[in-house]
Amino acid sequence: MKKLSARRRHPLAALVVLLLALAATGGLYAAFAPAEKAQADTSAQSLAIEEGKKLFAVGCSSCHGLDGQGSSDGPSLVGVGSAAVDFQVGTGRMPAQQSGAQVPSKKVVYSQAQIDQLAAYVASLGPGPVAPTKEQYTSTDPNDVAKGGELFRTNCAQCHNFAGKGGALTKGKYAPTLENTSPKHIYEAMQTGPQNMPSFPDTTMPEEQKKQIVAFVSHTNDEPSPGGLSLGSLGPVTEGLFGWIFALGALIVTAIWVAAHTTKAKKS
Amino acid sequence: MSHEMSDEKLPESHGSEGHEAAVHGDPFADPGLPAHEPRRTDIDERAAKRAERQVSLLFIVSMLATVGFIASYVAIDIDKIVYIFPLGHVSALNFALGMTLGVALFCIGAGAVHWARTLMSDHEIPAERHPIEADDELRADVIEQFKTGAAESGFGRRKMLRNTLIGSMALVPLSGVVLLRDLGPLPEDKLAHTGWEVATPAKPLKLINMNTNEPMKPEDIVTGSLTFAKPEGLEEDQEFFQEQIAKDALMIIRIAPEDLKDRKSADLGFEGILAYSKICTHVGCPISLYEQQTHHALCPCHQSTFDLADGARVIFGPAGHPLPQLKITTDEKGFLVATGDFQEPVGPSYWERP
Repeated sequence: MKKLSARRRHPLAALVVLLLALAATGGLYAAFAPAEKAQADTSAQSLAIEEGKKLFAVGCSSCHGLDGQGSSDGPSLVGVGSAAVDFQVGTGRMPAQQSGAQVPSKKVVYSQAQIDQLAAYVASLGPGPVAPTKEQYTSTDPNDVAKGGELFRTNCAQCHNFAGKGGALTKGKYAPTLENTSPKHIYEAMQTGPQNMPSFPDTTMPEEQKKQIVAFVSHTNDEPSPGGLSLGSLGPVTEGLFGWIFALGALIVTAIWVAAHTTKAKKS
Repeated sequence: MSHEMSDEKLPESHGSEGHEAAVHGDPFADPGLPAHEPRRTDIDERAAKRAERQVSLLFIVSMLATVGFIASYVAIDIDKIVYIFPLGHVSALNFALGMTLGVALFCIGAGAVHWARTLMSDHEIPAERHPIEADDELRADVIEQFKTGAAESGFGRRKMLRNTLIGSMALVPLSGVVLLRDLGPLPEDKLAHTGWEVATPAKPLKLINMNTNEPMKPEDIVTGSLTFAKPEGLEEDQEFFQEQIAKDALMIIRIAPEDLKDRKSADLGFEGILAYSKICTHVGCPISLYEQQTHHALCPCHQSTFDLADGARVIFGPAGHPLPQLKITTDEKGFLVATGDFQEPVGPSYWERP
């Protein structure tokens, strides 16, 4: 203590005291912060809802109604949840360009911050599936790929093809390819059942299984193709067609070329 | 007929009458074979030597490719992946084996073709056609022998002999037909029933979710969702699981009650939850391409389409019957259960189908 007292007039003493004071204030703040932070969150949340409501009025209300109650041009959004908004707007499907058999994914027009605000507003209309956090759709267990493959073949492969390349449905509708779909959007599609896709709610397909399916789809997308060209992974039909048209075509062209070139000394 | 024939022979008779005139006047006269033209390799020994070297080179390339095939088989690791434009990431071993074997076979073929075209003899050799029919004398002789043989056997005269021979010949194939019975047990009425037949109103059978292997409650099944189910007690490690699930598989959907168009189908369900057979009634493909807004289920094999909101009525495609529906309700604990078998046999039509 004497040593400390002796150095109280040291040029750096003021600085040390200042640092100590700052550390103490910071520590106290950290200790009492949670309550304040929660308050800040709620106000941020209500701010997001406010902002989302404005965005909704401009971009969505012409079809979905001013309060999201729906109209003849678009369904009600009460109870679809933030996951549905994040999927539809985050993949560029909404806002829709035109009506038709199916609304395709296209260029995303809103920033992720705006999408979150829209999602917050729509979620405030009624309880629904909540957009997942990164932990929910990011698998850490390598066994998840195999389990997800089994679940994928039971629940998804009938429409999206066993390699996730998509396929045709009735009257111009189709199951899109999953090659360029982000893990979060795959997860949200299962939660919400966008457009004609049935939903796979947590009650019949638990969160853990959704994560396994996402792991399988991501793995399949990154998987090299040991056999060469995958030709869309559509199976023997495309492979046969390729063989018959290109391989047989090349053979016929070669045969004609050989026969058309005479070896005679006198060219006629 | 005779008139036409004489017409056809007209040019020929003309030709024989005045040979000199026919050669100049008849545009259809047979020009005969063109004169043989030699190839460069026939007249130029250096060209022939060069062709020989070309063919040998192709065969040598083939040999090298075969050596390369064996070398790649030994040297390249089976897990090695390489990037090759335009194929993308492929197995190095597969690519090397395919390329070397392809080159080896192609060079043998190309060498053989080049050899035949440049060095083997190419003199045209006419092969005259001959009538296929035997001459009249031989045919008369064969017919005479057949008649003699038939008369000597007494086949036409001894009726009992003839009839018993025909009878024995007709019966012999039956032994082969009887052996078909060894192909396996008869199906009996197995096609008419599924694993759900043990369910009764007193002793119902729970519907088990294929994902979780747990029974389900009505509140688990959300409108617009799709779930696959199997009967309680059927497990994947059982010996006849594949045979059983091929008949028992269910798809569970929930449709808002106001969207249901068929009263009877709605009554078989529970508060809009409907349990349909997953097996197409056309040729038995598993059908589960369900569109939750149109309520259509599409079969991927032949595009049969069923309207699940209207009792699975066939609205497109070759299927002959609606998808069979399973009557479901809840038990005292609130789980979804079946109280009997499907309303009709599942899967494709068959001869004795009621």
